[in-house]
Amino acid sequence: MIDPAVLEQTQKTGDFTDLLEGIPYARWIGLCCDRFGDDLIFRLPAKEQNLGNPILPAIHGGVIGGFMELSAEIYLILAQETLRMPKIVDFSIDYLRAGLNRETYAECHLTRQGNRVANVGVVAWQKSRSKPIATARAHFLLEG
Amino acid sequence: MENKTRLDRVHRFVSTLNQARELGLVPREAGEGTLLMELPYSEKIIGNPDTGAIHGGAITTLMDTTSGSVIICALDEFELCPTLDLRVDYMHPAEPGKPVFARAETYKITSNIIFTRCEAYQDEGNTIANCVGTFMRIGKEASPKPYRDLITGGEE
Repeated sequence: MIDPAVLEQTQKTGDFTDLLEGIPYARWIGLCCDRFGDDLIFRLPAKEQNLGNPILPAIHGGVIGGFMELSAEIYLILAQETLRMPKIVDFSIDYLRAGLNRETYAECHLTRQGNRVANVGVVAWQKSRSKPIATARAHFLLEG
Repeated sequence: MENKTRLDRVHRFVSTLNQARELGLVPREAGEGTLLMELPYSEKIIGNPDTGAIHGGAITTLMDTTSGSVIICALDEFELCPTLDLRVDYMHPAEPGKPVFARAETYKITSNIIFTRCEAYQDEGNTIANCVGTFMRIGKEASPKPYRDLITGGEE
């Protein structure tokens, strides 16, 4: 899924452009990632095509899920010492507030890394980190 | 309510959701508390360029939309019910080049919460993902009447 040379380049420079360009779904929803020191902040800029509920309007819950799932995956790939591709096993998301039509952020943490399975937690917010719009956690199987 | 009325309502509802339109989701069959939806294959939602398999996020959106829309097939009056949570189990990646179907049902309806189950598959009997969800009933008054009329075709 990810070219080892692109991964090495990303790890060295902290520039995620090439890595994200290689994943059509990331491009399609508009996922971005910035590195601050060792921390990664994932970003989903406002985009009309990502909307669900037209009344509020609000981002489609599925897109928020997809954004958090993909963030967890990329975060996990970068947290490995060698290139190991994660395979998603399950994903659970709690929606806490409506995701309005504005930029959304996500941060991940590795809750537990075993030999074969990793548990990654994700928090997504918009206006303030103290007011998350969703929390999620995913299990991944690590191969290779 | 006739199944055709249910399917028409779901059609109209789904067509108001930008992301569902962009994905090209098509409601196929509706029954009392059941719904079948199709996600066509497209290259823009690929998650793994090596295999051409679509990303789990698109499957999540398919299942969220189908689980949310099956509620329309279970209630006489249209109510917009926000998703409280979803839990998706991935059995195996979807085969590239083929559509993915999602079949959802409401298995418990209370005055506050609706519980749903949904299965995604390509070939009958070969599950790609399973999903359970809970949706909150905030009442039909929570969505404006013109929007409700748009979904029901003014049949309320």
